[in-house]
This record gives sequence, structure tokens and C-alpha cells, in this order.
Amino acid sequence: MGWAVENAILNKMNSDTAHQTPAVPPALAEGGAQVPSKPLTARERMKIQRQPMPEQPAEERTRNFAEVNLGLPERIAMVEAERCLQCKDAKCVSGCPVQVDIPRFIQHVAQGNLAAAAECLLNDNALPAITGRVCPQETQCEVRCIRGAKGLPVAIGYLERFVADWAYRNLDLTPAKPPVPSGRKVAIVGAGPAGLTAAGELIKHGHDVTVFEALHRPGGVLVYGIPEFRLPKRIVDEEVNRLKAAGVKIECNVVIGRTYTIDELRRNFDAIFIANGAGLPVFMNVPGENAKGVYSANEYLTRVNLMAAYKFPEADTPVLHGRRVAVVGGGNVAMDAARTAKRMGAEHSIIVYRRTRSEMPARAEEVHHAEQEGIEFEFLVAPVEVLHDEKNWVTGLRCQRMKLGEPDASGRPRPVPIPGSEFEIPCDMVIVAVGTRANPLLTQTCPDLKLDKRGQIVVDENLMTSIPGVFAGGDIIRGAATVILAMGDGKLAAQKISEYLARKAVTA
Amino acid sequence: MPASARLADDYALEIRKSGAREKVFVHQITAKKQLSPNVTRLDVVAPRIAQVRRPGQFVIVHRTEGAERIPLTIADADASAGTITLVIQAVGKSTRELVGMKVGEAIQDITGPLGRPTELPEGGRALCVGGGVGTAVVHPIAQGLRQKGVEVVSVIGGRSREWVIFEEELGKLGRVVVCTDDGSYGRHGFVTDAVKELLAQERFDVVYAVGPVPMMRAVASLTKPLGVHTIVSLNPIMIDGTGMCGGCRVSVGGQTRFACVDGPEFDGHAVDFDLLMDRLSTYRPFEAEALRRFEEECKIGLGR
Repeated sequence: MGWAVENAILNKMNSDTAHQTPAVPPALAEGGAQVPSKPLTARERMKIQRQPMPEQPAEERTRNFAEVNLGLPERIAMVEAERCLQCKDAKCVSGCPVQVDIPRFIQHVAQGNLAAAAECLLNDNALPAITGRVCPQETQCEVRCIRGAKGLPVAIGYLERFVADWAYRNLDLTPAKPPVPSGRKVAIVGAGPAGLTAAGELIKHGHDVTVFEALHRPGGVLVYGIPEFRLPKRIVDEEVNRLKAAGVKIECNVVIGRTYTIDELRRNFDAIFIANGAGLPVFMNVPGENAKGVYSANEYLTRVNLMAAYKFPEADTPVLHGRRVAVVGGGNVAMDAARTAKRMGAEHSIIVYRRTRSEMPARAEEVHHAEQEGIEFEFLVAPVEVLHDEKNWVTGLRCQRMKLGEPDASGRPRPVPIPGSEFEIPCDMVIVAVGTRANPLLTQTCPDLKLDKRGQIVVDENLMTSIPGVFAGGDIIRGAATVILAMGDGKLAAQKISEYLARKAVTA
Repeated sequence: MPASARLADDYALEIRKSGAREKVFVHQITAKKQLSPNVTRLDVVAPRIAQVRRPGQFVIVHRTEGAERIPLTIADADASAGTITLVIQAVGKSTRELVGMKVGEAIQDITGPLGRPTELPEGGRALCVGGGVGTAVVHPIAQGLRQKGVEVVSVIGGRSREWVIFEEELGKLGRVVVCTDDGSYGRHGFVTDAVKELLAQERFDVVYAVGPVPMMRAVASLTKPLGVHTIVSLNPIMIDGTGMCGGCRVSVGGQTRFACVDGPEFDGHAVDFDLLMDRLSTYRPFEAEALRRFEEECKIGLGR
């Protein structure tokens, strides 16, 4: 969407909600994107309220797959950037899994020096257009922002996205001078967030990097899982193309563990980074789960996102259209599935979660957007059976009410069933989004790789596995987590791999 | 260095120039042959898969952008020529488009080899039962058995003579009993009739059955009372083929298994065939609609 359109929408939104327009100090109010003649005082900065993200109206966006958030216009981004107090000991940075120098890039934005902001951001974060959209800022950087103590934190995520998007439109991000080749070859297993981040870092060190991807398109969860309305595929393609332009080789349709084994890779590469994700969907293990109309969230989202089933019959892959859809789970994947079902025409799309709203692991913004879009919520409810008709089509979900008990291993209160509380949620589709576990494809064919009892790969503090030179990161070591944690692993692994290769050079 | 990594170097420049999605292998079709009225054999370039595939494994084929990903068993392979053989029954739009491709054209994506290889005994006697296009799946299993020194007897069948496939190939590996429903060739009757007789007359250590679900179920019910270990190859709906979607889940011995990573071959005495049949019917109205539109386009000359 062009700037003109975005501005038009923003203006409309602002005029609709004129009484809510956040206060802007006089120095910034007039004359568009201008740097104030003299730096604002702390008092002036404190007066600026958090700038809202322009978004597609809920009633419109539930009928399309276009992005919900439209991005901050430059003028608004500069206003928001002025809210940052430039803390000496910036707590926000320590909350960031990839340690972005947040105050510095924001300062560049405030000064209108967007090229410098982009350079600063990209130096720390290989995929800022993605993290600016999907990171749980409210539990990482923004939660530590000093401004949150009194009012709302600086909108770090919005600003990150703004700078990244600006950079793609305005800068040539191809490195001018390729680094000196190290003569070392590194193989990366999986072109998801961890693998792509590691690839971007390793290529900077001059290594020869090849990424092996099992699917026909690179991106991992960014293309099969996260829907277009939250992360447009175009953004992922841009990031991937940037890596390729820097020299990263990406080979799709290669399943490590089947097409090649880790042992074969070891014979041909100096180091390996395994980032193949936690691919295997977990089901609820209740009767009726194999009825027609029960999907894993992975399957439902893959059909709609990667295979574009929303365009059927223009695209060949079909997907069932539920009129009443029950989505089991409370994470981002559950929100994505429920909001996708709504866009696919569901009259009712219902989140069924066994704890309460405050324990939901989903990003605050996703829950907020889901509510705006009319997604319904059944809290403190757990499914006990999928009901179906004589032809085995789903007709409902038999559930049981829960209450919160003592905290469990995760520190969250354990849901305890209330006897005799069973009831039915009528529905014609059930989407199971209760998590994923380690995919055994790779590990089965590599017996030397030490695994924990959940089948996840065991690594040391350098992310090295039990096999020297073989590193691992992302969901395959930590179980289903977030894009940014996977990226943090990718960044750390790249550093440790480079150190390992340098050590090897010395001893060799 | 893996062959694909070497190729990647050659393509790197092109990729850098175009910024396009890389195509490491060009999966060109090198040969095409109609085997029966609706079964076609395609030989396709896929050097790495040809080199490492084992009996019972399959590939996921993605013809072009916007096409379905479909699982197809590797019926044969020629490692020196770098080709694999796919045998396709044209039933819906996707399979019809695939068999409509010409020699020299290329399939965009082929992933594999996927699935667990067939468990092959050391020695003994095996009965291989193939129904329809399933006969092409039986072929690599019979090949693997022969290599292990197992004596192979095959029973294959079709509606009538023109529907019988892979008779010559299986003939090279052992005795073949051919059945036709209408008696136009070989024995008159279903493969299960021949299987029943053979089981009564001869001793088999293991039975492999691949074909339509009712056929596999019938064979399994014949062997169960005799206690003959029976392996069937299942063909549920699948997307990624790597365990990610769970669409291919089947019930085996009361447990949910994924055909793509735990199979596709399972103990025929433990498989819930009713569930398999039922789940295969999930997208029937969609498939009919896609085929109707495809045929209309063909009529007015827009399709291939």
C-alpha cells in the first residue's frame, strides 16, 4: 500500500477520533516531518503521548487478507521517536534477544536521519521488517521502557517496522564490498527465522553459506504459519532476496535426514547449524480427533498461507470452510488460526482456552486485534471430545469448565477441571493449536546427536551439540517459542560458529 | 560435496542477477509412457533422489506455483541417468495436469525421498499384491526383496487387460499371477481371489499389499487368521510430507500415526481402513469442482 493511501487512512482515522488525538508539543505540531530547531526538554518529551498505529478498520479487514497494521507515517514516527528519553542505561536493550541498540536508532529517527537509523538497526537485527511486525514487544523491550512506569512505553516495535520499511523503499541494501572470503563452508538446516538470521551473520564473516529448506519456499514459519494479514509474504521475500544478494545460497526441497544426512553434510561443510524447528503438531488426544473438519493449526495455516487455499479454485489446494469454528489454544498460532477462519467466511470463530485471558501466551496486539474482529473467547474451558455425525463430519466440541489451581512448572496456575461442568460448543470445524514438538526426521538419522527426553537437541552454552562443529538453535532446542528467540539463537550461533572456525584454523 | 551444493554454485550468479527463487535442479521429464487408460509413467530428472531412494519411499511433487503438493511413490530409479520414475493415476485436476506435461518440460519442485523405507526380511518367501496403480508401488518393494534374496511371487490385477501394469518388470523378479475383473487376460476375478488360493496352497513369510483401500483391507483380512505378517502402503492426504501438517494421520493399532514420517507402510492387521477411506473423502466436493472447471477450460481450449 502506498504512502498516500496510508496517510489518507490515517487522516480519516485521526478525524474520526479527533478527541483522542494524542498531544503533540507545539514544536512538532506544525510543518510535517521537521526536526525541531532545538532538542526537546525531558518535560516536553514526557508530554507527548504514544502515537497509535494506523490500521485497517476491523469490519473491512475481516473480509480481506491485507495487512492489518498500516505502518506509521514519517511525521508520526518522528513524533513517537521524540518520546524516547535516551536513557544512559537503557533497559529496553537488555530485553531484546538480539540486543538492538534501541535508543540510538530511535535518536536517528527523531533527528530525521533515517539512513543512519536503518544502518544502526540492520547492524544488530538481520530481519527488522519481520521482528517489527511479530515480536512480543510488550514482554521484551517495551515492558522495560522507563516511560511505561507512568503511562505508555515508547512504541519501539512500530518504530522498528517504520525504519525497516523505509530502508527497503529507499536504500540499496546490497553490501557494497563483499567481505574477504574465509574459505570456510557452513551449512544451515532450515530457512526459518533462526536459519536466515544465522545465514545473514555468517555471510558477513566471509563464510560460504548454504541454507537447506525442506519446503518449496524459504521462510519457514514466516511463510507457512504467520498469515499474510500479519506479515505479508512480500516482506519475507525481500529479506530472503537481500540475503541472496549478499551471497547466501538457499536450496529448497532438501530434507536433511532424508535427502542428505548430517554425516554427509559434515563431510562437505566445516560447520553446520541445525535450525529445523519444532515441526510436529501436537493433538489433544481426545476421542473424535480424526473426524473430518479437525485440523492442526499447522495444516490449516499451511493450506491457507503457503498453498494459498483462500484463492481456491484459482490455487489448486482446497481448505474446508467452517461456519462455526472452534480454535483450541491461547497462543499466537491460535489467534492466527481464528482470525484466518474469520477471513475465510466463518460466522463464529471461537478461541477455546483452558486458562484465563491473562495467562494467554499470545501477543497483546494479536488478542486486541482478534477481539476487534469479533473473535469470541471461551476461557477456562478444555475440550474432552470432538463430536461428529454418522458421516464423521465435525458437529461440535464437548468441553469441560476449568478453574485455576496451584502454579505448575511454567509458573502459570494449573487449570483444574470442575466435575459435572461438561457442555457442548456446536461447531463444524475444530483447529488444534496446542503446540508442536520436535520433528524426528533429522535426529532419527543422526544417532550421535544427543537429545533430551522431549526429542529436542541438547546444546552447550555455545549452542554446540554433542557433535563437534554441529550447532543447533531455535525451536529444535527450546520447543515452540517465538520468531525473535529463534533469531537470537541464529545470531549467537553465527558468532560461535565463526569463533569455532577461527579456532579450528589455528589448531589445523 | 553434495551434488546439489555443487550445482548451487553454478546457479549462484544467475540467482544473484535475477533475485528469483533459485532452481537448483531442473526436474525435466525425460520420458513419458501411457501404461493404462488412466495411468502414465513419467521419468523425471532428480539425481540425488535417484541415488539415495529406497523401496517404499515417496516424493512430494509441486508442479508449478499455485499447484497442489502431491505425494507419489518412487516406482523406480536410474541412479546413473539421474532419473526417478513416477507412475501417476490421473483422477483429478492436479494429476491430470501432471500427466499432461510433455517430455522436455520441467516440474518445479520435487522433494524427497520421504517416508521410511520398506522393512525387508533376510530371505524367505514374499507375496506381493498390487491393485491398479498400486502395482507401481509394489515394484520397488519386489526389487528390494529380490536384492535381499527373498523369493517373490506377485499377484497383480486390473479391470481388463489394458489396465494391467508392470507385468513385465515384476516378471523379471519372480512369478507373476495376473487377474482381470472381466477375464480378458490372465485369471478371471479379483486379486484377492488369487491371493486366497495362493495362501491356501503355499507358505509365505510376509505379504505386501498396495492398491485401493478395499483391496488392502480384503488382503489383510485374508492373512490375519493365517498369522502372515502383512504390510500395506497408505496414501492419505498430505501437504508437506515431513510431519509438519498432520493431515496424513492414520490410526494404527488404536494409535494416531503420521503416514509421512511413521509410514507410509504399516502393519495391515492394525490399520483402521474405514478411517483412511473416510479421511480420503474430505475434499471430494472441492476435487469435483476443480475437475469440472479444468474440463471446461480444456473444452474451450484454455487448458493444456
